Amino acid sequence: MLKDFFTKKKYATIPVQGKPDREDLLKAKEVENVNKLVNTSYDKIKDSRIEPRKIIEDIIDQGTFIEFDIDLESSNPLDFPDYKAKLAKAKEVSMEKEGVISGEGDINGQRAVICIMNPSFMMGSMGTVVGEKITRAIEKAIEKELPIIIFSASGGARMQEGILSLMQMAKTSAALARLDESGLLYISVLTDPTTGGVTASFAMLGDIILAEPGALIGFAGPRVIEQTIRQKLPEGFQRAEFLLEKGFIDKIVKREDMKETLSSILRLHSKGGGVHE
Amino acid sequence: MSKFIESEKLVIELENKINELKEISEKNNIDFSHEIYILSRKVNAIKKQIYENLSPWQIVNIARHQDRPTSLDYIEILIEDFMELHGDRYFGDDGAIIGGIGWFEGIPVTIIGHQKGRNTKENIKRNFGMPNPEGYRKALRLMKQAEKFNRPVITFIDTPGAYCGLGAEERGQGEAIALNLMEMSRLKTPIISIIIGEGGSGGALALGVGDRIGMLENSIYSVISPEGLASILWKDAKKAEEGAKVMKLTAKDLLAFGVIDKLIREPLGGAHKDKYLTARNIKKYISQEIKSLMELEAEELINKRYEKFRSIF
Repeated sequence: MLKDFFTKKKYATIPVQGKPDREDLLKAKEVENVNKLVNTSYDKIKDSRIEPRKIIEDIIDQGTFIEFDIDLESSNPLDFPDYKAKLAKAKEVSMEKEGVISGEGDINGQRAVICIMNPSFMMGSMGTVVGEKITRAIEKAIEKELPIIIFSASGGARMQEGILSLMQMAKTSAALARLDESGLLYISVLTDPTTGGVTASFAMLGDIILAEPGALIGFAGPRVIEQTIRQKLPEGFQRAEFLLEKGFIDKIVKREDMKETLSSILRLHSKGGGVHE
Repeated sequence: MSKFIESEKLVIELENKINELKEISEKNNIDFSHEIYILSRKVNAIKKQIYENLSPWQIVNIARHQDRPTSLDYIEILIEDFMELHGDRYFGDDGAIIGGIGWFEGIPVTIIGHQKGRNTKENIKRNFGMPNPEGYRKALRLMKQAEKFNRPVITFIDTPGAYCGLGAEERGQGEAIALNLMEMSRLKTPIISIIIGEGGSGGALALGVGDRIGMLENSIYSVISPEGLASILWKDAKKAEEGAKVMKLTAKDLLAFGVIDKLIREPLGGAHKDKYLTARNIKKYISQEIKSLMELEAEELINKRYEKFRSIF
């Protein structure tokens, strides 16, 4: 019976009519469990993709946020057909100039550098400007000896900037190596979706990696894998819960708990261990 | 493409004719040298015409050519006493990436490369040169080992991309590639990377964070395959030829972008026409760069490597 819900329906509804007998109650309980599963997986996730300005509002103490590199905008380095038009559209839709916001601010009084990718700007794809803004933010964290938090949400490297997009993976990862050498904290927060070149670079390099429930996280997208292996992927594959089980993330955190979680991690890292003192 | 194949056929025909003439002249002691001279000139002229103005898509096809020399071909020619080392120490040994130690012109080196098969049977073992996470982890292990013993690292890049399979995802393909990028950027020993065939996206870059990056002239290096680009952008993988044109994936393009340092020449028609000549050209480049890199202090080496990638914007 349980199986039926998985294969046939995505959402099961519970009929509430009259007084339920024992069987109905049992069934209702089952449905509830299935609903829980189905809901953490995955169809509603799309509606809950992050909005960077909202995240700043939720997480950064009011009036403390200073944005970096507000004016950096993409050009069209490859003269790629239709790219300019796509950029213009993305700007209009997202009301932002590029696919990531970077800056610094306080989280419950503790200063941190923060980057938040924007899934509604060309799928949060990473071109040269996204790579540059993130790299500059990492370098700023090193310069100011601050921890850095990066919220990822990305379809991967941006095709329209070709090889230059690919190189942003190396650039951001190299900057994180420097941050690491400086002994500074990097918290990576994975949100829906985090895939491709972003997963294969800074997103997976956090000292601590958090993820939102149900977020799709992977290197190859599900469709590409299905085409490669010629079979359907199991339910829940590449979701945050799956990655937790496989050992690739530290903790799943709901958005409403994110500020407190980040805050407590930051607090713990604000004092060095005894050995280093 | 068909016109290209026709011209190639003509070249092969003419070359066969020349060989025939040579044989006849040797056997029967007749002097055909004038005829041979004229034919040779003709062949060379045709070759130049067809191979010197290759379209991006033609280059894609040469880069993927079944007979194109692989990492092991170059290792056999360039490295003395190569000893292959296996395994990532966690999960397994990935046939799509080979690595080991040996001598390059009297210098102990670590060599790592993507490995495609040279026939179908080999390709199954090599997974068509598409690594799983354990391949990247093996590569990293060998790089850290090279660092410990202060050996330069030479990498050969030739992959359609990192494998997009179930197991690859379960074992953290993204994490494996990411870690290589980070650790290569701070490896305390010189890294010279040569793109010898296909440079397929992150799966290629994971061996490509080098101090020097050379690229064979009929190789490609891109963020996505032309087929992938065409299917995402135009919902039609068959438009790959057009994709290849717009995505700027040839050695010439990448040299102009400053993404590679050196375009390494191939014999007319591609590396497979004469792998020894190609290997000599690769050797010349490595030889020219390796000693000066070895003279740098680790800190300077790493800083320069950082700047190299940092400046791509």
